[in-house]
Amino acid sequence: MILAKRISLYTVLVVCAAFMMFPIFYAFSISFMEGGEVLGGQLLPSSLSLDNYVEVFQKVPLLTYLVNSFATSAIVMVGQLLVSSLAAFAFVFMKFKGRDFLFFLFISTMMIPWEATMVPNFMTVQNLGWTNSYIGLTVPFFALAFGTFLLRQHFKTIPKELYEASQVAGISRFRFFWNVILPVSRSSLITLGIYSFLTNWNMYLWPLLVTNTESARTVQIGLKQLQTQEIASDWGIVMAGVVIVILPTLLLLFAGQKKLQKGLTQGAIK
Amino acid sequence: MNAARDLQPVHSQENRPKRNPFAFLEGWLYLLPSIILFGVFVFYPMFRSIYLSFFLADQMGPFEFVGLENYQYILGSDSFKSSVKATILFVLYTVPAGILLALFLALLTNEKMKGIGIFRTLFSSTMGMSVAASSVIWMFMYNPSIGVFSRVAELLGFPAIQWLQDPDYALLAVSLSTIWMNTGFAYLIILGGLQNIDTHLYENAKVAGVSYFYQLRRITLPMLSPTLFFIVTVSLINAFQTFGQIDILTKGGPVESTNVVVYSIYKDAFINNDVGAASAQAVILFFCVLLLTILQFKLGERKVHYQ
Repeated sequence: MILAKRISLYTVLVVCAAFMMFPIFYAFSISFMEGGEVLGGQLLPSSLSLDNYVEVFQKVPLLTYLVNSFATSAIVMVGQLLVSSLAAFAFVFMKFKGRDFLFFLFISTMMIPWEATMVPNFMTVQNLGWTNSYIGLTVPFFALAFGTFLLRQHFKTIPKELYEASQVAGISRFRFFWNVILPVSRSSLITLGIYSFLTNWNMYLWPLLVTNTESARTVQIGLKQLQTQEIASDWGIVMAGVVIVILPTLLLLFAGQKKLQKGLTQGAIK
Repeated sequence: MNAARDLQPVHSQENRPKRNPFAFLEGWLYLLPSIILFGVFVFYPMFRSIYLSFFLADQMGPFEFVGLENYQYILGSDSFKSSVKATILFVLYTVPAGILLALFLALLTNEKMKGIGIFRTLFSSTMGMSVAASSVIWMFMYNPSIGVFSRVAELLGFPAIQWLQDPDYALLAVSLSTIWMNTGFAYLIILGGLQNIDTHLYENAKVAGVSYFYQLRRITLPMLSPTLFFIVTVSLINAFQTFGQIDILTKGGPVESTNVVVYSIYKDAFINNDVGAASAQAVILFFCVLLLTILQFKLGERKVHYQ
């Protein structure tokens, strides 16, 4: 009976996984196909030809887009980690007038949908001359209330005695933050780092608004461009582009899934 | 950037702030980067949106004060009505189904079994997929002549459907792809919630010999309610903010059947260059999300079981 239950559970799991993974598998499969095979509606390629992968780099400047996406995601990641950890540190370890008010202000930013502010934000970035630049793609996202709360949860678990000891030893607050708090919070910082890299690599609407030159575009906008210009001719090339774009984030997710799950639940619920 | 939200109330801090001007300055200094950035990129543009919604404006800025005319205009327009309808339907199609699917997968993989880690990774994988990449894949799957949906329909003897070109099916098709895209995130959150439940509760249940469904109804779901409450709120808000899949799959068409509110704002502001009308819609979106958050919180607080 137990064995039968096991087998049926595994069967359900495999069926679910097959359905869930089908679109991704399909994209991989088509990226290896020639035009004729795609039009014939085949499910598997007859050979593992890499022609589409070579060609996609010639159709659009994908390498430039990849560099842009890597650079902006890395910049936002570092920016968010710094800005959020400074704020979280102040909320946990410092007492000062207006702290509760500021905490409320941080919470209230979560009730403002980013899309409701995108038009004035676009105007701001345009007036500052930040369009088509890394600065315009990154700086607006440095402050993150979710990131601050996630790190705050972790900082709260650090024993207060550690802080008192550092004050007795006469270590400045900033050195305590930099040399003690950040190193012991490594795992939370990594979680937040994975989260910010993922979200920024996958960002679509903002890069669509603030980039209009090929040298400034990110991969997500490159996919849209690829899809609009190649759609009639060659799906194989489009799917090769898709695979190249999803591979870094899928690998990152596979590596960091456990951490991410823990971190997201902590920042969200407690 | 909007994936997860912390909705906890402000807890009164254990110590009253000391009245030390130096501590005050230092505290604000650590928070200064956040304050400036929130000021410039969150609060200022929100007020600016409200301000612009009372003007005739283009991308250069406002040029004529018109009071509530923008609101009157959009509330009376057929385009806005179809946009409201599309948004509400989209929320109804995606949120309940998406959460149920994620809950089902999370319950399945919460068992201790060999190889379960692989399934967990697979089920969370759509979280790593961008909206653009996912939409391109689904666009191909919906292709009426070579996509997998028409292939299956053909095999089963059903007529081929123009999924994305038919006003009766386009929103449904976009919703289906959205459910798939959002599953990974919802799954990860719910699985985290399940794993936080105290295992003693289950051991006692086992001793008492209760059935799986009784256990689900009496232990798992009540203990999971804060997590479910959180994911419902986040999913609702995310559904209101949908843009990428619409832009790639349907561009708001056919006959505006998928013209959800954010796409409508984008179109008015950046294609029709009518920033006044776009701002009025942005303000309406803001109040919807605000109301939803408050309502969820008030309702949720009463019904949700906290440990």
